[in-house]
Amino acid sequence: MQKKKIIEAKKINKFFYSPEKTHVLKDVSFVVNKGEFVSVMGKSGCGKSTLLYVLSTMDTDYEGQLYLDDLLVTGASSNHLSRIRNEKIGFVFQFHYLINEFSVLENVMVPGLKLNKKSREELEHIAMEKLKIFDMEDHAFKKANQLSGGQKQRVSIARSLINEPLIIMGDEPTGNLDKKNSDLVFNIFKELAREFHQTMLIVTHDQDFANGTDRTIEMEDGRIISQ
Amino acid sequence: MLQPNSENHDMRFALIAEIAKALMLARFRQTMVAAIGVTFSITMFIALLGFMNGLNDLLDGLILNRTPHIRFYNDIKPNEDQPINISDEFRDFFNIIRSVKPSVSRVSIYNNGEIIRTLDGDERILGVAPKIAIQVFFNVGNVDLPGVLNGVEVEAEDKLFAFSDYVVEGSFMDLKYTANSIILGKGAADKMMAEIGDFVQATTAQGNRLQLKVVGFYQSGLGELDNLQSYVSIGTAQRMLGETSSYITDIQVKMHDYALSPAVAREYSSIFGIDADDIQTINAQFETGSQIRSLISYVVGITLLIVSGFGIYNILNMMIYEKMDTIAILKAIGFSGTDVKTVFTTIAISIGLAGGLMGLFFGFVASLGIERIPFETEALPTIKTYPVNFDPKYYIIGGVFSLVTTYLAGYFPSRKASKVDPVEIIRGK
Repeated sequence: MQKKKIIEAKKINKFFYSPEKTHVLKDVSFVVNKGEFVSVMGKSGCGKSTLLYVLSTMDTDYEGQLYLDDLLVTGASSNHLSRIRNEKIGFVFQFHYLINEFSVLENVMVPGLKLNKKSREELEHIAMEKLKIFDMEDHAFKKANQLSGGQKQRVSIARSLINEPLIIMGDEPTGNLDKKNSDLVFNIFKELAREFHQTMLIVTHDQDFANGTDRTIEMEDGRIISQ
Repeated sequence: MLQPNSENHDMRFALIAEIAKALMLARFRQTMVAAIGVTFSITMFIALLGFMNGLNDLLDGLILNRTPHIRFYNDIKPNEDQPINISDEFRDFFNIIRSVKPSVSRVSIYNNGEIIRTLDGDERILGVAPKIAIQVFFNVGNVDLPGVLNGVEVEAEDKLFAFSDYVVEGSFMDLKYTANSIILGKGAADKMMAEIGDFVQATTAQGNRLQLKVVGFYQSGLGELDNLQSYVSIGTAQRMLGETSSYITDIQVKMHDYALSPAVAREYSSIFGIDADDIQTINAQFETGSQIRSLISYVVGITLLIVSGFGIYNILNMMIYEKMDTIAILKAIGFSGTDVKTVFTTIAISIGLAGGLMGLFFGFVASLGIERIPFETEALPTIKTYPVNFDPKYYIIGGVFSLVTTYLAGYFPSRKASKVDPVEIIRGK
C-alpha cells in the first residue's frame, strides 16, 4: 500500500545573507509519510533547525518546493500559511512558549478558538481531554507561568494536538529539560506515535531520543547524509 | 478544507479581544497611565472648550442679545433724485451738482403700524419692537450732559432684548406705569448723582423740556453705552417730541436665526423703501474674536490629545517588546500578521475609548465646577458665575478625537507587531 505523504521537500536550498552569504541548506529532499515518527539529528549549526522552520512555513525565504499534504505551499500568501499552521501543524519548541497571561486550559484552547470550527464548550472539553493524556488536568486553571519547565512542555504538546494536526513539529523539545522531565516528554512522544499514530518530525541532538524514533534523518553541513 | 472562515467574524474578534484584554491586564498599571493621559486631555479639552465658548456666548450675547438683528429707519441723507435728473431738458447730460445738502426728510417711519404687522407675520422673525431715539441734553445745574433717550415699548424691549436683565436698580416696568419716567444709564446717573425717585431735566434738540422721574438704572456692561443711553417709554418720547402716537423712528427686528438678517434686511428695505441695517454688516468684528478664541481652545485641546497619543505609542511599543514571545507564539500557532495587528490596535482603541469616556465624564464634572465659581464684575451685571457652554458638539468632537488619536498612536506599534518574525524570536534564545 502506498503510504500517504504528509511532507515532501524537493531540493530545498537556503542562504543566510548576514553577516555574509552562507549556504545553510543544500538540495535537501525528503519525505515524511503519514504515521511516521521521524527525528532530525545533526551537530549544532548543521541547519536542522533552519530546515524545521522552512518546513513549518514560518520561514518562506528559500528555494525549492515544499508540499504539505500533497499541496504545494511554497509561495502561498502569509495569511494562507497562517491558516495552514493553525489547522495542519502542531508546534513544540525548545523553550516553552506558553502565553503567560492565559490559564493552562486557555493556552491549549487558543489554536482551536483561532481555527473556529468548534464551539468554546467543545474546545474546553477537548482541551481537558488532551491535558488528561499528560496528567495535567489538575493544573488546568493555573496561570501558565506557575508551572515548572516540564509541565509547561507537556501543556505545549497538548496545545499542539488541539486541532488534530497532520503533523507535529518539534525543535529540541527536550533540549531545555532535565533528565527526568526529558524522559517524561520523550515517553509522551512515543505514546503519541504508538497509540495515536501521530505523524511527528522532531529536531534533536539527543542520540537517545533519536534512537527511539521510527527513522532518523541525519544532517551535516546543510546536507542530508542519511535517512 | 482551507476555506476562509470569515463567516464567523464575531467569534474571531472575540478571541482577539480576549488576547488584547489579557495583555492589557498583564500591564495594567501602564495601561491605566495611558488611559489616564487620554482622560486628562479629554477632560481639559471639554472644560476648556466649554469655558471658552461659554465666554464667547456671553460676549456675543452682550451684542447679540441687545442689538436688534435688523434695524429699519429713515436715514438722513441727500435725496438721490435731485430735480435736475427729472428735468427733460438735461436728461441726456452728465450732471454734476456740488454742495448737495440732506433734505428735510421725515425721520419718522411712514405707515409703521402696517410695516410692524407685516414683519410680525414673517416666520423668520422672532419679534418686532418699535423705538424712538431722541438726542437730548440733561440739564444738571449749569452743565448740559449729552445723552440719547430711547423711547421703547417696555414689554417688547424686555422680551426681545432682555431689557430687565440690565436694569440693575429699580423696576423696569415702572417705566411703563409711571408717567414721564426714565431709566438712566449707570454712567450718566453717576455723573448726575441721581438717585431713584429724583427728577432730572432733559432738553431735546428742538428745545422741548421735560422733568423725568428716575425709576431705575441701566447697566449694559459697555461703559460707553451706559454713559450715553437712557430709556423712557415710547409714549414719553412721543410727548417730548410733541408728536402723535404713530411717530416711530426705528423698527427693531429680532430674527430666529441671525445669520439670515442681511437677506431679510435687504428684502424689506426694498419693499418698504426704508433704510435697514443688519447686525452682521455692522458688527462683523465680533465674530472674528469668537472664532479666534475657539481656534485657540481647539489647538490647546488637540495638542493635549497628541501628547497623550505619544504616551499610548510609548506604552504599546514597550508592550510589544515585552510580549515578543507571545507575538511569536501567536504567529506560530496560526495567527496572521493582520490578527496580531488587530490585537494591538484593539488595545490602543480600548485605551482611547475608556480614557475618552472617562475624560468626557470628568470634563462634564469640571464644567459643572467651573460653572459654580463666582464671577462678579461691574461690567457684567447679569453674570454671577463663570459661563460654560455644554453643547454636545464638543463632547462628540472630544470623543471622536480621542479615538482617532489613539488609533493613530496604535497604528505604528501595531504594524511593527504584525511584522515580528516568529522564527527570529523562537530561534533567538
